[in-house]
Order: sequence, then structure tokens, then C-alpha cells
Amino acid sequence: MLKIKDLKASVDGKEILKGINLEVKAGEVHAIMGPNGSGKSTLASVLAGRADYEVTGGSVEFLGKNLLDLAPEERAGEGVFLAFQYPVEIPGVSNTNFLKTAVNEIRQYRKQEPLDSVTFLNIMKEKMKLVEIDQALLKRSLNEGFSGGEKKRNEIFQMAMLEPKLSILDETDSGLDIDALRIVANGVNKLKSKETASIVVTHYQRLLDYIVPDFVHVLYNGRIVKSGTKELAFELEEKGYDWIKNEVKAGSAV
Amino acid sequence: MNLTTTEELVKTFNENSKKLSPAQSDVRKDAISAFQKQGFPGRKHEEWKYTNLAPVLGRDYLIEDTTTLNKKDIDGLLLSSMEANHLVFVNGNYNKELSSVNAEEPIVISDLSQAGDINEYLTASSITLNDSLTELNTALANGVVITVKKGKVVNKPIIIHFVGDGRKGNIFANTRNIFILEENAQATFIENYSTIGSNAHFSNNITQIVVKKDAFATYYKIQNDAQSDHVGTTQVYQPEKSNFAATTITLDGGIIRNNLNIRLSSEYSEASMVGLYMVKGNTHIDNHTLVDHAKANCYSNELYKGLLDDKSTGVFNGKIYVRQDAQKTNAFQSNKNILLSKDATMNTKPQLEIFADDVKCSHGATTGMMDEEPLFYLRSRGISEKKAKALLMHAFAADILEYIKLEPLKELLDQTILDRLS
Ligand SMILES: Nc1ncnc2c1ncn2[C@@H]1O[C@H](COP(=O)(O)OP(=O)(O)O)[C@@H](O)[C@H]1O
Ligand SMILES: [Mg+2]
Repeated sequence: MLKIKDLKASVDGKEILKGINLEVKAGEVHAIMGPNGSGKSTLASVLAGRADYEVTGGSVEFLGKNLLDLAPEERAGEGVFLAFQYPVEIPGVSNTNFLKTAVNEIRQYRKQEPLDSVTFLNIMKEKMKLVEIDQALLKRSLNEGFSGGEKKRNEIFQMAMLEPKLSILDETDSGLDIDALRIVANGVNKLKSKETASIVVTHYQRLLDYIVPDFVHVLYNGRIVKSGTKELAFELEEKGYDWIKNEVKAGSAV
Repeated sequence: MNLTTTEELVKTFNENSKKLSPAQSDVRKDAISAFQKQGFPGRKHEEWKYTNLAPVLGRDYLIEDTTTLNKKDIDGLLLSSMEANHLVFVNGNYNKELSSVNAEEPIVISDLSQAGDINEYLTASSITLNDSLTELNTALANGVVITVKKGKVVNKPIIIHFVGDGRKGNIFANTRNIFILEENAQATFIENYSTIGSNAHFSNNITQIVVKKDAFATYYKIQNDAQSDHVGTTQVYQPEKSNFAATTITLDGGIIRNNLNIRLSSEYSEASMVGLYMVKGNTHIDNHTLVDHAKANCYSNELYKGLLDDKSTGVFNGKIYVRQDAQKTNAFQSNKNILLSKDATMNTKPQLEIFADDVKCSHGATTGMMDEEPLFYLRSRGISEKKAKALLMHAFAADILEYIKLEPLKELLDQTILDRLS
């Protein structure tokens, strides 16, 4: 589904991604872990098409297409979804109106008929149950004045509405209490299928109790320095990141 | 008629002056000679640095003030289907036949040139920051005096349609209207500009609004006409504790200068000034506002927002005077602009002059491109760049529309803006 080859990206002339290689197949869940500042959000943003980041090398193929050639909205149309680490507040744009526009724009991209209001509202109700989101939040301006947890839940709700093929969750767990965490994870699991895949960026092993990954990668200093199965996450939880950092140092010294 | 010299205007004045009430003739004569002395303001004039009238003054204008417009011609104009009292001015002159005022409404409309006892509103000092254009208006303008009787509420808004009959040539129109709200009266006024025919419509107007004790005046100025060039002063007097709210919306036009001057000359008065300009092409929009806090315990609040596209240019000048007596003044001002193109420009200048020490005043001005972050967020959800921008622009504008308490007007403007953005 997704093939990232030697991806390099920089911001303001500073190289942040220094050659990322990653392949994600349909049906898989990949976790990306790593200390703060290693480039996890940068990778997620580059995949979603944020313009601040300049891709300086490598390639990204998504379902046979060159993802890097596409505008952010085209990527969404193809089925890429990023749940942001810090969702932006947009005063004056109602959450519901925004979602309806997004759903129908994506349907248009996929050459599907737009949804009428009744169908849209019915789908919305169904997905609201899935992520246990409060109706009142949908009437408000997009993310405006939402608590951290409400923002994260709103991201997962959008994901449920837009039915992506590849969802990238950037620290969706941080700032959530256990209840909210369970709900978010539940939402993700219910949306999982043989045709979809997820990349879950997280700091903590605790999310991985709920969303069980097929692979775990450690991103450090712009590179994936270690990959393994979910046991790697336990090991990281136990030992912290220092041993990885030391390994990398030792490796580069050789 | 050519406006680059003052000669023809003086000639026009001399012809018109025979029709004036004798009580007004001196003050009007003073005005024409003051105008003659000063000429039109150029870019060297402190208050006209960023607004160049030369393209407007360079045109030839028709002198005739007659019109053959009929009711049908008026029907299609913006706001004409709204439930209201409609006062139609054609080429600057009040046209009773085209107007419709509900006889039940507690208002008295009289002809300005025949009104005898209004000289205090015609002298130069009646306009804060008067200039040669206000003098020219005093000399030439016709108009009406609308009085809302003590304790009465005007049910439906009073819409003043300034129509230019530009079918035969360019129109230069001068109108001066005075609205007087007596004690405890309430009324809503809407001014709207339009042109019929393909020529230009340049108006030089003054509106004076007197808000007496415990009265409440709501005032809207709507500009959505590509052929309209305009210089106008809205001068508000709050001689006693009263309430005034102005909303200025500019969606289209040529060269536009809106002056809004408010005198808070009694304690506990309140004034609100909001504005939205959403312009493109070569439109020039200049909002000059001035609120003069002369007495203690008054409140003024001001928010102007602008979206400028293409080669449009904007000016915001917000003066707040807080005089020595005006302790406990609360005065707030904010101006926010988004430039949608590299060729658009905005000049914004807050000007606070505070002579009292126990006051709360704040001001802020921002001008920048559209925020990348919300734009990216919307696009990452599959919304095209164009639609995402439209959503954000609408949100930016809707912030001002929220101030409009007159529901049908709010809906109409919202729809106009949505149509523009789609
Ligand atoms: N827009 C930006 N401008 C400048 N530096 C940035 C920007 N985005 C990220 N960085 C820098 O890139 C590095 C990686 O950041 P990020 O991808 O957010 O890391 P992570 O998500 O792994 O914590 C950090 O050093 C950060 O300061
Ligand atoms: Mg991050």
C-alpha cells in the first residue's frame, strides 16, 4: 500500500528526515516510536503534504501512485488521513459544515454522488456512537475551545467519517485519560479491515495495549534505527531510549 | 461638468442658491467660498495621504439632476425587496414618487433646503475634521431631515437608497441627510449605494445622526456597487446618554472613503463601530473613524476586518480622542486584515490621543496573508484549496455579520458573500 524509500526532508534548510525506509501493506498496523524531536511528526506531515517541509530526496508510493506529486486534498481523496498531534482551532467554521464539505469533496474526488443531508446526518449519528463524541461538539466551531481530549476524539471522528485507507495517528494518545484512550483505540480497531492500514505514532507503550501493532519501528534522529514486533515496544517501555541512542552511536563509530 | 477646477461647481452653486431657504443661504455661501479656497484634497493633505481622488475628479459629469427612472427600474436593486421604509434618492435628490414610507411610522420627513432651524448642523464646525469635500457638500447638497418622535420606535428599518441614474453619463451627486432621534426614540437606518446604467456614480454625502437622551440608533452602510465612487461622512452626535451602533460593509466599489465621526459628549453613552471590507479588482476602500470621548464613563468598541484580493487597496485610520474630562473611559479598537494577493495593499493606522489618566483603552492592528495552518488542516481532509480558502474567508467575514441584529439584512449579506466565494 505504502512504500517509502530513502525519504529525506528538511525545513528551513535543516535536514530532519535523513533517509526513511518503510513499507506498509494493507491490513497491517505499524507503530512508530521514538524520543521527542526525532522527526515522527515531520514524517506524518510530509506524508499528508504539508508545504513547509521540502522533500529533498527519496520517494513515496501510495497504491501505485507517486504520493509526493499530489496536493494534500488529492492525498485525502486517495485515502490518506492524518490525525494531527495538535489539531488547529478554526473559529467560524462549524464542525458539521466542515465535515459535510470534506465528505462530499472526497466523494467527488472518488467520482461518487454527493450525500444528501439526511444520509449524511444518519452516517454522522452512527459514527458519533463509535467514538462516543458529544453532539454539542459538532455544532461548535471546528476545535475551537475544545479540550485536548475532545480535539483528539474529533480527529478520530473525522477519520471514521472519511473512511481512509491509510490512517496516520500522530500521538493521538497523548493527553488522554485511560477512558478516552480506550474509546479512541476502540474507534481505530472498529475501522480496521483487510483493505486498510494504520501508522500509529506514539510515545508510550500503553496505547499499544489497545491497538496491537504488527510492527514497531524506532525513529531516531531522522532515521528508522530499529524495527521489530510488539515485543520491541515492551523493551522500550522497560529500558527507555538510551540504549537505542547508544547503539546508534556505537554503530556510527564503527 | 469637469471637477478638476472649482469653477463649474461654483457656477452650479450660484444657480441653485436661489432655491435655498434664506435662513441657510449665508452658511452655504461660506461653504462654497471655503471650498473654492481649498480645492479638492490632494495627497499632501494629512488625511488624504493614501486616497487619491484624481481618477474620479478627472471624469466628465452630467449636470442635470432630472431623472426618468420609474419604480420598475428600482425594483431589482439590492435591499429593495426588504420589508422596510424605502427612501429613494436619485442623483442625490430625494424622489418621493419612488419612495414608500409606511404612514403609521412615527417619523417626520422634511426637505433639507427648506428646513429653517438646522444651521447648527450646516456650519463647518458641525463636522469633526471637516475638509473641502464636506464644505462642497454643505454648499450643494439637497436631502432630508428625518425626525423620530420622542419615545417612539420605528418598526421597520428606514432604507436610504442612493441611486445614480448613469444611463446617459457620469453622475456627481451630493446628498445631506439629518436623522434626529428624540428622547427615548429608536430607529434603524440602512444606506445603500447603486447605479443604473453603465456610467460612473460619484457621491459626496454627509449623514448626520443626532441621538438624544436614552435614544438608540442603529446604522448600516452597505456598499456593493462596482460603479460607485464615494466620499461620505457619517457624523454622530450623542449629546446625552444614548446608544449608537454602526456597521459598514463594503463588498464592491471604485474609490471609496467612509468617514465615521462620533461625539460622545455626555456621560454613560455607548458607541459601537464595526466594519467589513471584502474587495478585489482595483477597488480602493478607506475607512476613517473618529470617536471623541469628551465626557467620563463612556464606552466605545470598534472592530474592522478586511479581505483584500487582486490589486485592491485598503486604508484604516482609527482615531480615538479621550479628553481630560473623560475619566473611566473604555475604548477598544481592532483592525484585522488578510491580503489574498501579492498585489493587494493595506495601510492601517490607529491614532490614540489620551488626555485622561484613569481610562481603559486598547488597540491592535494586524495585516498578513491567510494562515497556512488552518488551510492545510482543511485541505488534508480532502477540501480543495479554493473551497478551503472560501470557508476561511467566510468565517473571517461572518465574525462581523454576527453584529448585525437585523436578521433579513444579515441573511442577505451572508448570501451575497457566499455567492461571491463559490
Ligand atoms: N516547522 C518547523 N520549523 C522548524 N523546525 C521544525 C519544524 N518542524 C519540526 N522541526 C524540528 O524538526 C525536528 C523533528 O520534529 P518533529 O517531527 O516534530 O519530532 P517528533 O514528532 O518526533 O517529536 C525537531 O528538532 C523540530 O524542532
Ligand atoms: Mg510529534
